[in-house]
Amino acid sequence: MGKLTFSAIPIDNPIIMSAVVCAILIAIWIGHEITKRKRWSWLWNEWLTSLDHKKIGIMYVVLAIVMLVRGFFDAILMRLQQAMAEGSSHGFLPPGHFDQIFSAHGTIMILFAAMPFLVGLMNIAIPLQIGARDVAFPFLNSVSLWLTASAAMLVMVSLGVGDFSKAGWSGYAPLSELGFSPDVGVDYWTWALQIAGIGSLLSGINFLVTILRMRAPGMTLMRMPIFVWATFFTNMLMLAAFPVLTAALAMLSLDRYLGMHFFTADHGGNPMLYVNLFWIWGHPEVYIVILPAFGIFSEVVATFSSKRIFGYESLVYATGAITVLSFAVWLHHFFTMGAGADVNAAFGIATMLIAIPTGVKIFNWLFTMYRGRVRFASPMYWTLGFLTTFAIGGMTGVLLSLPPADFVLHNSLFLVAHFHNMLIPGALFGYFAGFSYWFPKATGFMLDEKWGKRAFWCWICGFYLAFMPLYVLGFLGMPRRMEHYANPAWQPWLILAAFGTLLIFFGILFQGIQIATSLGPKRRAADPDPWDGRTLEWATSSPPPSYNFAVLPEVKDRDAFLEMKRAGIHSPTRYEDIEIPKGSAKGAFIGASSFACGFGLVWHIWWLAAMAALLILLIVISRSMEEETMTILPSGEVKRIEEAGHVL
Amino acid sequence: MSSETRTREFGFWIYLMTDLILFTSLFATYAVMAREGSISAIVDLRQVFLETMLLLSSSATCAVAMVFMERRKKETMLFWLAATFLLGSGFVFIEIGEFARMIREGYGPQRNGLFSAFFTLVGTHGLHVSMGLLWMLVTMMQTWMTGLSSSLQSRMSRLAMFWHFLDIVWICVFTEVYLLGSLS
Repeated sequence: MGKLTFSAIPIDNPIIMSAVVCAILIAIWIGHEITKRKRWSWLWNEWLTSLDHKKIGIMYVVLAIVMLVRGFFDAILMRLQQAMAEGSSHGFLPPGHFDQIFSAHGTIMILFAAMPFLVGLMNIAIPLQIGARDVAFPFLNSVSLWLTASAAMLVMVSLGVGDFSKAGWSGYAPLSELGFSPDVGVDYWTWALQIAGIGSLLSGINFLVTILRMRAPGMTLMRMPIFVWATFFTNMLMLAAFPVLTAALAMLSLDRYLGMHFFTADHGGNPMLYVNLFWIWGHPEVYIVILPAFGIFSEVVATFSSKRIFGYESLVYATGAITVLSFAVWLHHFFTMGAGADVNAAFGIATMLIAIPTGVKIFNWLFTMYRGRVRFASPMYWTLGFLTTFAIGGMTGVLLSLPPADFVLHNSLFLVAHFHNMLIPGALFGYFAGFSYWFPKATGFMLDEKWGKRAFWCWICGFYLAFMPLYVLGFLGMPRRMEHYANPAWQPWLILAAFGTLLIFFGILFQGIQIATSLGPKRRAADPDPWDGRTLEWATSSPPPSYNFAVLPEVKDRDAFLEMKRAGIHSPTRYEDIEIPKGSAKGAFIGASSFACGFGLVWHIWWLAAMAALLILLIVISRSMEEETMTILPSGEVKRIEEAGHVL
Repeated sequence: MSSETRTREFGFWIYLMTDLILFTSLFATYAVMAREGSISAIVDLRQVFLETMLLLSSSATCAVAMVFMERRKKETMLFWLAATFLLGSGFVFIEIGEFARMIREGYGPQRNGLFSAFFTLVGTHGLHVSMGLLWMLVTMMQTWMTGLSSSLQSRMSRLAMFWHFLDIVWICVFTEVYLLGSLS
């Protein structure tokens, strides 16, 4: 069994064990509920093996929410520890455990909460918005989902079996090298990132091709909704950035597994090379998670202001500019490397430049609302919360882009406050806006507004309470990632921040209640077009039928659906046969095998890794042998579904 | 060409570009490491020349196979594909021999950062070629069993793209690693 023994399970650690027991109990409870309702075959046939992009999207979002909650509990532990561990008090977390928690928190939030959330929303909305019946490669889509899920599973398993990485989410070498991190933690981290990275790369290819090749007749590039544009650029970023991460992590693994010397501190290794490669992926990654949110805000702001988006073309070009510039700023993550004043100045200026297109967007959204008939539904709450809060984060970012200021503030809590101030409003609030905006479309039920607004207020107040003190602490000189400190001046601010986290906890709780009431017995069915929408996803029923559109829409305007409503919508006179992909379990099997392969590699169980890799190969080959991957939905059936008002 | 085949080819082009970025990262790493030393003492340019000739001619035979695929000559196509397979296998065979020799002489990937980068860059290319060979074998068997269906044809054209792509990467490897390496 390689390095794996029973001692890998941390039975002596009550915090970890109670988390593990909780996770197992929840899994048993869910399993029990499914068995009681006899839903296993339904779950397997209708969901897990489905190649329907809307269902894959929902599964992505479910995964993201589960991982978001996990990552949030890590955050609570860190805030509680730092609120307590001053002077003679050492809190409840030993250093090794605290290090794992902040590493897991960062990794999970970026790779397993933000990424699945945005890919899920893309899955739900993109084919509908471009008036397509599917994505370009439905099977590949399912493979992407299951690779992401199996990588998330690998991270979850590291909780109960062995350790997670203690080297931070960025895994800087040589700390992440074997000499300084001899346990399996870093290996869990690398293999999880590798597997998820391949999933993201495949999604990127899939959606780029979908957007470029599958648009409805009449939808020229400059008629695409802004969310489609944002996704388009996001996919370009994924495709250009993720291979660099794959290469960097592969080299790190070669160091760790085969004794090579890429990033070691001796034998001609070059640790700074790792840092460069990591951030050549890492900075574009920031925009990978933020640009889709910008796209969502653009959709929401136009819909709920009942106005055409202001400055459509400038928004498109601004997004393009951010895409290009995001590859020219990576060095600002390590100004202190000592690259010299000229290099630092160049990257500092590039960093400041990126604020310009971002600022353009802020004005686009503001002017869209200006003199519009603004309706304050919950997606709009998240958007307004984003606009105000994100502007503050942007300003602290411009401050940090000055190398001399960065020398003072880097590695402090000021930085932690800054990037949370970008990512929580900039990415997460955007996904929440998208979640509440498209929830009726994806599920067919309205999302409860009352609990949604309560959740918003908890989130936004909690955010300010949790992160503004961290700016102060940065100025007071507190470094990030401290498990214990001996400066009484810091403690009050950390206690304040812990209360902020508590408020956010209520925000998440209320969101849970919101989803439960919206899908529970008192649920309210959604109209096809509950928000008076402007784009094509609202032209089909909620939830849409498997083929999305019985008749492919003809696009005549940027706000394609609005134009259709003005011209008058007629139900089609005749229907045609529609080809839809058959479900396939092979994506789920590839995911499961990838998990086994990753687990085997982490623990040096070579036979398991080799067999799993062989299995993946065989599944791919057997898929290539399948001739009948599509099935025809006859026109009569389409007619029946359309006239029944689309039942899932 | 059907619209679906076109879509698949376009997707595959994009995949190739991402693979190119992966190679670019390895090339950049090699360039950084190569400032610290030289591999000229250990490289046998004659072997590398032979490897290059094998791989380049395999690209030619692959192109010929594609011509016969267009003409629906299944047997002739399979013949040229088999030739491609043999030439590609020869390339991998010699490369493995070279690697083994270098490791025997004490210039393995564990020696220092430069050799780590050398083995990883050249090895990643070799691994790609090996995967291409496996792909070729599977496609040949499928063609032999079921005939030239349209889905097999479209897969074959993507395989050919992959094969030519690896040629281009090899030319860069040859130039940056071997030619510049033996000059320094």
